[in-house]
Amino acid sequence: MTTTTARLRASPMDALQRWLPKLVLAPSMFIVLVGFYGYILWTFVLSFTTSTFLPTYKWAGLAQYVRLFDNDRWWVASKNLLVFGGLFITISLAIGVLLAVLLDQRIRREGFIRTIYLYPMALSMIVTGTAWKWLLNPGMGLDKLLRDWGWEGFRLDWLLDPDRVVYCLVIAAVWQASGFIMAMFLAGLRGVDPSIIRAAQIDGASLPRIYWRVVLPSLRPVFFSSVMILSHIAIKSFDLVAAMTAGGPGYSSDLPAMFMYAFTFSRGQMGMGSASAILMLGAILAILVPYLYSELRSKRHA
Amino acid sequence: MATLELRNVNKTYGAGLPDTLKDIQLSIKDGEFLILVGPSGCGKSTLMNCIAGLEQITGGAILIDQQDVSGMSPKDRDIAMVFQSYALYPTMTVRENIEFGLKIRKMPQAAIDEEVARVAKLLQIEHLLARKPAQLSGGQQQRVAMGRALARRPKIYLFDEPLSNLDAKLRVEMRTEMKLMHQRLKTTTVYVTHDQIEAMTLGDKVAVMKDGIIQQFGTPQQIYNDPANQFVASFIGSPPMNFVPARLVAQGGQLHAVLDSGQARCELPLPGADLGLEGREIVLGIRPEQIALGAEGGNGGPSIRAQVQVTEPTGPDMLVFVTLNQTKVCCRLAPDVACQVGDTLALQFDPARVLLFDAQSGERLQATRIANTVKDNMAALGGR
Amino acid sequence: MHSPVDKPALSPSRLAIHAVLLIAVVLYLVPLVVMLLTSFKTPEDISTGNLLSWPTAITAIGWVKAWGTVSGYFWNSILITVPAVLISTTIGALNGYVLSMWRFRGSQLFFGLLLFGCFLPFQTVLLPASFTLGKLGLASTTTGLVLVHVVYGLAFTTLFFRNFYVSIPDALVKAARLDGAGFFTIFRRIILPMSTPIIMVCLIWQFTQIWNDFLFGVVFSSGDSQPITVALNNLVNTSTGAKEYNVDMAAAMIAGLPTLLVYVVAGKYFVRGLTAGAVKG
Repeated sequence: MTTTTARLRASPMDALQRWLPKLVLAPSMFIVLVGFYGYILWTFVLSFTTSTFLPTYKWAGLAQYVRLFDNDRWWVASKNLLVFGGLFITISLAIGVLLAVLLDQRIRREGFIRTIYLYPMALSMIVTGTAWKWLLNPGMGLDKLLRDWGWEGFRLDWLLDPDRVVYCLVIAAVWQASGFIMAMFLAGLRGVDPSIIRAAQIDGASLPRIYWRVVLPSLRPVFFSSVMILSHIAIKSFDLVAAMTAGGPGYSSDLPAMFMYAFTFSRGQMGMGSASAILMLGAILAILVPYLYSELRSKRHA
Repeated sequence: MATLELRNVNKTYGAGLPDTLKDIQLSIKDGEFLILVGPSGCGKSTLMNCIAGLEQITGGAILIDQQDVSGMSPKDRDIAMVFQSYALYPTMTVRENIEFGLKIRKMPQAAIDEEVARVAKLLQIEHLLARKPAQLSGGQQQRVAMGRALARRPKIYLFDEPLSNLDAKLRVEMRTEMKLMHQRLKTTTVYVTHDQIEAMTLGDKVAVMKDGIIQQFGTPQQIYNDPANQFVASFIGSPPMNFVPARLVAQGGQLHAVLDSGQARCELPLPGADLGLEGREIVLGIRPEQIALGAEGGNGGPSIRAQVQVTEPTGPDMLVFVTLNQTKVCCRLAPDVACQVGDTLALQFDPARVLLFDAQSGERLQATRIANTVKDNMAALGGR
Repeated sequence: MHSPVDKPALSPSRLAIHAVLLIAVVLYLVPLVVMLLTSFKTPEDISTGNLLSWPTAITAIGWVKAWGTVSGYFWNSILITVPAVLISTTIGALNGYVLSMWRFRGSQLFFGLLLFGCFLPFQTVLLPASFTLGKLGLASTTTGLVLVHVVYGLAFTTLFFRNFYVSIPDALVKAARLDGAGFFTIFRRIILPMSTPIIMVCLIWQFTQIWNDFLFGVVFSSGDSQPITVALNNLVNTSTGAKEYNVDMAAAMIAGLPTLLVYVVAGKYFVRGLTAGAVKG
């Protein structure tokens, strides 16, 4: 078997083609490494410094975190986040699921109704906040409307009530996001295997019971995704607070995102602000990591 | 048209991972039709991708027309491929699909139009040239995919299970058409399939693969008559070969295999078998079509009486299942054989066609026969 | 899931379902209706009437004054949003193309790292980003905001395209490579023409996110470079003199109309973007 085996060289064009995908991805890789992780690291470092109006790199240990924990406003903001987040997520889920289940019943003009439920998601939180601030205006908003309609002596001054102002945030946020939850669950419901329903009906179950015991439990992934996304929205909520209450009255409706902005950029406390940002990151990771872990685990078992 | 040779081709996907392709060695002449056949995961598609240059080999060499192309990119190897899913460009018309490769090679438009016309006529798709792939049926898409390959006039054609997505009837029709086309155009072709009927009917040479190794390389007849091991024997032929475990006894200077149907016993003489095999655990390989209905007290070969367990009339045949040595054995008899479950039949064997396999390794055990096969392979590889 | 058993058109349960849905429709629409109504009233109408009272005379003075105040910032928003949307979509498309069809060692890892960017609380990058913008001389400019939006929009745009492209069979790319096409030719002549649905989703999603953004706007811009969301907030929340709610509402409408219009016209792409992004989450 004697044959000439001149090995043909790969042309330089081939080499370029092999590198092209990596070259194309390179700028984004750079951006991600620097702009995401690099900056997080930077903020992390800053949280251990004594920075105030300008960044300085004098080591301060955990001083900034300690100051955070001693700061009443931070505690109020954190507590508000739990209350706001908890109510926001639960109520949005409840309304979203209810509307999705109702819309799943072959309603005429379903598309039109869906469009109405979803349009608030297209608005900026600033617009939403502005609108609801007006709607909840003590004296000129809803309370005046209801009084004019005959409900004597109705008062709605939650916006001015430090104990109740957070509920105003909840109302506006639920109005904005519940349509989205509805859309997600409707898509999920449409993906359910109809033979499961038929089997349950043959077994004699009524439709509400079928939904409650059979269909909704099979939508657990959608629940998880929804909770994830709603938590994410809640933790990042800044626009809404800025528009509706600017954290007020006082700082009774403050949220961590607002706190971070105020302390970092308005009050010249970069170190503390950075520490609060890192804690916010921690909160997100605390929700994200278990979720990802359970997802990966279920995929391996599947 | 060109020759193709694979020399000690190896492919691994990473250190520590098992080899996907191990020491692949085969070669075909100009104009030959090579079939790569084997079960899922045997590496045939990987091998095809390596020939095409879509994946890199980690060892050995691929030679086209005696030139080592192992380092070349796909577009320089002058190869065309037809995919199982046809892979037609969905946003382009049929004409644009066929033209695409030619345009990239900067062929003048007049020459391109000529090629498209030639190919369209050959495949009878002239009336489809302005349509988009989504508007075509499966069979039409398949032709367009072939047209795209033909227009390029490459050195080698690669087909990756092109008929798998067609319904059974269309598949049979297209199979015949492909054979006709190959006879006309005399193109060097490598064809991957898991369908052993396609392997037998279409190929000049067949390579049966399993776990990344070529189990046997030869003509379809060699693979059918002379399988190198139990896997190859079971893969080719439908219904598949029967494997009956048996004891070997020496009698009158010859080895005999003991068969027991539960009702009778028979000692099947095995001429030419090495007497040293006595006592070894072996498996007999008998094809269903090699079992005949015999007269008792036989004037033909050795026979045995067995009780019918199941009958399957298929139209052209009557498949009868009996039990020999506690193993289910399928016999392919003439369709007019009248028998029912529970009847006793006399079955006759042709000792010359019976094959022996080692029970542990599955390797063929007829010394003389194996030598022939290896010789055939060597001749196929090196006969220049 | 559709209930396989046909229900009579007017059973009590059907009526109840429709009633609830209708109430919900009203509740969702009320804020928008109120905003519109208020924007067309005079301040006197506002103080004498209530949220839903009809104006004594429909007047556009609220709108005129609002536009006078925020028109410059409206234009800023356009200057920021349009380039940012186009650039981030383009980069996202190329990234998605590489990640789905030209994978190499490390590209999956990169994708995972990028994915985290979808969950990033931006508070963690605000400070360093503003330092960097300052060093680049882009502080308080619309260009700086474009840069920021591109960088932090990459995660989503890449996700959209990558998820779309993985469903394209790679036999298509193989066929094209055998035909002799290279990296960019395949993208331009084969992949891009197939990408219309996801391009629409990405454009609309990015437009909505960037136009509606407030955080980046308020941190990275000031004065003349502010987008309309910041201007709106300043207008509404600065209390110099008597509050002019009609102007406030008109300004809110001006800020909200572009995304609202996009939603009405191309809503299905918006929904697809929401659910596509959410499915990964």
